Amino acid sequence: MAEAFAIAAGRWPAEGMPASPAAWLVTTARHRAIDRLRRDRVLAAKLRLLAATAPDGAEAEAEVDQTEIPDERLELIFTCCHPALAAEAQVALTLRAVAGLGTEEIASSFLVSAETMKRRLTRAKTKIRDAAIPFSVPSADRLPERLAVVLAVIYLIFNQGYSAPGQAGHLATEAIRLGRVLAALLPDEPEPRGLVALMLLHDARRQARLSGPDGQDLVLLADQDRSRWDGRQIAEAREIIERIVDTRGPYLIQAAIASLQAADPVDWRQVAALYAELAELTGSPVVRLNGAVAIAEADGPAKALAIVDRLDLAGYPYWHSTRAELLRRLGRADEARAAFRDALALAGTEPERRFLRRRIAEG
Amino acid sequence: MQYALLIYSKPGTLDALGPAEREALSAEYYALRDEPGMLGGAALQPVTTATTIRLADGKPLVTDGPFADTKEVFGGYYLYEADDLDQATEMAARIPVLRLGGTVEIRPLMGKASS
Repeated sequence: MAEAFAIAAGRWPAEGMPASPAAWLVTTARHRAIDRLRRDRVLAAKLRLLAATAPDGAEAEAEVDQTEIPDERLELIFTCCHPALAAEAQVALTLRAVAGLGTEEIASSFLVSAETMKRRLTRAKTKIRDAAIPFSVPSADRLPERLAVVLAVIYLIFNQGYSAPGQAGHLATEAIRLGRVLAALLPDEPEPRGLVALMLLHDARRQARLSGPDGQDLVLLADQDRSRWDGRQIAEAREIIERIVDTRGPYLIQAAIASLQAADPVDWRQVAALYAELAELTGSPVVRLNGAVAIAEADGPAKALAIVDRLDLAGYPYWHSTRAELLRRLGRADEARAAFRDALALAGTEPERRFLRRRIAEG
Repeated sequence: MQYALLIYSKPGTLDALGPAEREALSAEYYALRDEPGMLGGAALQPVTTATTIRLADGKPLVTDGPFADTKEVFGGYYLYEADDLDQATEMAARIPVLRLGGTVEIRPLMGKASS
C-alpha cells in the first residue's frame, strides 16, 4: 500500500486527479500486492497451504491480506484517520479505502448524497496529497494520541450502524471487522481489543434492542428478550476482557461495563464503580451521567438525580431523558413529563423519539 | 514540501508582557529561524499600522486598519521545508504564540512538492 501511495502521489499532479482516488489507490495497492506475491514462490507455497487449511476461499483471502501486507494496512488506517482531516472525512476515507465500501453505500449510510460523499472523499484525498499527510505509522511517542483518533473513528462507524438500523446496520459489522484488523496489527496495544470487545457486546444485543412491526421500537436493557442476545459474541468479548490484565483504558472499561450489564442479575454497584473509574480517566460529563444511571439502580433515584442535576449537559438528549426517568421513579410526574418533552425535542433517531412519546403518553 | 507557518496572535497579549519577557520571546522567534529547514519568515508590525484596500464601485477604497474586529491577528510567518505535514506540525508546535493563546496555521505552498 505504501508503494501504491507513492505512485499515486507522484502521478496525480501530472495526470490530474482520477475520478475516484480512493478506489484507484486501493486497486493499485492490490495489484502491487498480487505482483509481489507472484514474485515470491516460497510465499506462494505458503498461500496454497493456507488455502488448503482454511474452511473456504474467502477466509483464505482475508488471511492473506492480514499476513502479507500488515504494515501497509496499518499505515493506510493511520493516514485515513490523520487528525489533520475532518472527522467526517476520516470516517468516509476509512470506510472507502480500508473497509473497501462503495462511495454510494457510504453516502446512504450517512444520509448524504453520493455527490456530497464523493466531494468529501476527493477533498480529503487532495489534502493528503497537497499537504503531504504522511503515509506512515506514527512514532511511539505519538502513537497513543493517534491511536485514540483511529479508535474513535471505528467506534463512530459502529455507532452509526448501531443507532440507525436499516440503511446503516451493516456498518456495525464493518466496524467490528475494522477493529479486529487493527487489534491484529497492533498486538501490543490493549485498547483495540477493548474496543472489539465493547462492540461485540453491544452488537450481541442488537436484535433484542428493537422490536415492533417495523423494528423501530426501542426496548430497554431490562426488558430485552435475552434469548435473542448473541451468546457466542458475548462469550468472545468476555474472553478478550479477561485476557487484558495489565492496563485499563477507556474502551476496555466500557467493555467491562457492557459485560456486567449483560449478566443476570446486573451488579450495579460494580457498574457504578467502573463508571467512576472511566469518569476519572476521561473527565467526561456524559460518563458521569451514565454512572448516575448505575447509581440509581444501586442506591435509588434520589441520589442519582442529585448527581445528574449538577451536570452541565442541557444540550444532550440523554441528560433530559435520564432526568425524566429519575423524576418519574420519584413520583414527580409533571417534572418528568416536561423533561421527556425536552429530550424528545433533541432526540436524533426514530426509535428514540417513539420511546419518548410513549413515556410522555404514559405519564 | 514547503510550508508557510502562519502565526495568529490574540491582540494585546504582547502588551501584557514586561520588557524582559518580550525580549526573551523575540529571541525565541529568532532562534527558530536558525533551525534546519527554515527558509525564511517575517514578523509584521502591529495591526494598528495596517491599511486595507478594497474595490468600492470598481474604484480602490483605502481605509485604516483591518476591516473587521478580529479575535486573532496575523502577526508573521515562517517558511519551512519539511518532509511531510507531521514534521511541519512539530515545528509549528514550537512557535511561542501557542503559549500565549494564539494559533499557527500550516499551509503548504503551491508547486513546492519535493520530488
